[in-house]
Amino acid sequence: MIRTSITGPIARMAAILLAAALLIAPAASAADTYKIGGLFSSTGRASFLGDPEKKTMEMVVEAINAGGGIDGHMIEAIIYDTEGDPGKAVSGVNKLLHKDRVLAIVGPSTTPTTLAVISFAQKARVPLISCAAGIKITTPVKPWIFKTAQSDVLAVAAVYRKMKAEGVKSVGILTVANAFGESGRTQLLDQAKANGIEVARAESFGAKDTDMTAQLTKIRTANPDAIVCWGTNPGPAVVAKNAAQLKLTIPIYQSHGVASPKFIELAGPASEKMRLPTGKILVHELLDDSDPQKAVLASYVADYEKTYQMPVSGFGGYAYDAMRILEKALAGTNGDRKKLRDNIENLTGYVGTTGTFNFSASDHNGLGEDAFVMVEIKDGTWQVLH
Amino acid sequence: MQEILQYLFSGITSGAIYAIIAVGLCLLYNSTELINFAHGEFVMLGAMGLVTLWVHCELPLPVAFVITVAGVSLFGLVFERFAIRTVKTPDPIVLVIITVGASILMRGGAMLIWGKDPMGTPTFTDLPPLELGGAMLLFQSVWILLAALVLCLALHLFFTRTLRGKAMAACAISRKAAWLAGIPAEGMILLSFMMSTGAGAVAGIFIAPVTMSSYDMGTMLGLKGFCAAMIGGLGSLWGALAGGFLLGILEAMGVGLVSSGLKDAVAFLLLLLILYVRPGGLFRATEAARF
Repeated sequence: MIRTSITGPIARMAAILLAAALLIAPAASAADTYKIGGLFSSTGRASFLGDPEKKTMEMVVEAINAGGGIDGHMIEAIIYDTEGDPGKAVSGVNKLLHKDRVLAIVGPSTTPTTLAVISFAQKARVPLISCAAGIKITTPVKPWIFKTAQSDVLAVAAVYRKMKAEGVKSVGILTVANAFGESGRTQLLDQAKANGIEVARAESFGAKDTDMTAQLTKIRTANPDAIVCWGTNPGPAVVAKNAAQLKLTIPIYQSHGVASPKFIELAGPASEKMRLPTGKILVHELLDDSDPQKAVLASYVADYEKTYQMPVSGFGGYAYDAMRILEKALAGTNGDRKKLRDNIENLTGYVGTTGTFNFSASDHNGLGEDAFVMVEIKDGTWQVLH
Repeated sequence: MQEILQYLFSGITSGAIYAIIAVGLCLLYNSTELINFAHGEFVMLGAMGLVTLWVHCELPLPVAFVITVAGVSLFGLVFERFAIRTVKTPDPIVLVIITVGASILMRGGAMLIWGKDPMGTPTFTDLPPLELGGAMLLFQSVWILLAALVLCLALHLFFTRTLRGKAMAACAISRKAAWLAGIPAEGMILLSFMMSTGAGAVAGIFIAPVTMSSYDMGTMLGLKGFCAAMIGGLGSLWGALAGGFLLGILEAMGVGLVSSGLKDAVAFLLLLLILYVRPGGLFRATEAARF
């Protein structure tokens, strides 16, 4: 009894010391490597975003290390799966911040998961570069939060710019009744006036609706010069089919939410002549040789397809840009987070897969109009509009 | 005027879809007094089966149709035999919960098999939309309409003209009395499950070209079909048919004449009113209650 009561605290202390030594040891030996955290929805509902992003991050890390690292420091990627769940994202970010003590974080993949972790990264003063599109992530600007995906603000701007060039004066808006459609609707209504376009009628449809002829008929009575449909599959494909059924002749614009071959497959011949904004990765082979992004995109696509033996998706590029931005910003910081943050904020002229990034104290997305190109569907494939 | 006609056609298009689903639900209720909340999932299986066999395996349409309906009916048989009949205390509420559970299981299974992306199906006949008075009706909608009518008529004849159909009806009215008369109740219930799920598959096959098929299409369709059946007065096949069209047309008129944001609200408000005035549904109060 007495013996145990004496050895008890000693044993415990020894254990604590040992644990502390174990904790310190990797930190000490890893001083030469830069730890970068990754938070992606690699499985679950949003795995179409997270999976290519995770693969891309691993690929870029390997490439940087193969090239000798950053100032001689190797990079170690620590990636957790959020499953697209804000709760899991929060526990993941806490592990990255407090257990792994990473220098910076890439991700999460979706807007809800990003919004859930922002305050943690802010508090811990760790730079976070999100791969999600939501405008709320960087507006208002938060010192430690950046993002690489385009906001729908730019997509709407691209659509209206094209319309203005075509002399469109009034539009009918048809949006899906979910977060994507609502955000698009707000932007479409907000930006219309500045572009000299009048919104003749704004209608909506449910994500699972099977027939939109009633909405299209109602829009037709307002006689607009063009129709914009803002949604994700399959709704817009139904709209395309219904428009063909009604023999509508006015031009129809879709959103970047359907910028994938799936839309053409679903809507079939009804998708002909539809126009939509898209990131350049979808049409990288069709870009002008003068486009500065063409070379970056070609090398990313070739690397990805060679490494993973599968076609590239439009989303992995967000992680590619985030990693390359970190690579540039980490140079010369010697692992100082404050310097890293300042370097990201002052980074300009970086030509990435998504667009040309020009960060500033007032813009933590850094993308401009070149982040979207307008394409038209012709003969079942994309054609870049100029 | 032309707009009103177009709204009407739009309503008929969705209404025919709701109606054909409601008929399958009613069929089962007729013989077992059970609401199958997995019915929408059987519709989904029908649509997915068609996509797989017709579009991907390139079988002729009639062959794909027969195999799909037979396959889904067989699945209905397995469902009844192992999930419904084995229940020790077959309270209606227990059985309903089982069907809800089955719907979740089937949705998950379908997601694993067919993936999350929606899939398209070409229309059965490559004809241009019908133009009537300046309004357009998709030709596939005519097919759905015909399928719903034929299904209804065939079931009506089955229940009124054949011995087996009458035996099934007898089971529903009183299982004990039917048993005393020498009708094998369990076999009848099994048969009605197979017929109902088969009817669900038929619905899925006909609507796939219009709605596109995805693993989660069943939930909404099942609910709308259930509503349609309720309006018609559960148990009446013709009532289900009429209820489906009424719901579809109300929705389309709601969009056209009120607001697309309030589409479902307008339709459901009117439904509540109908059920308030006629709690038994449109066709339930009189003799039409049973077949």
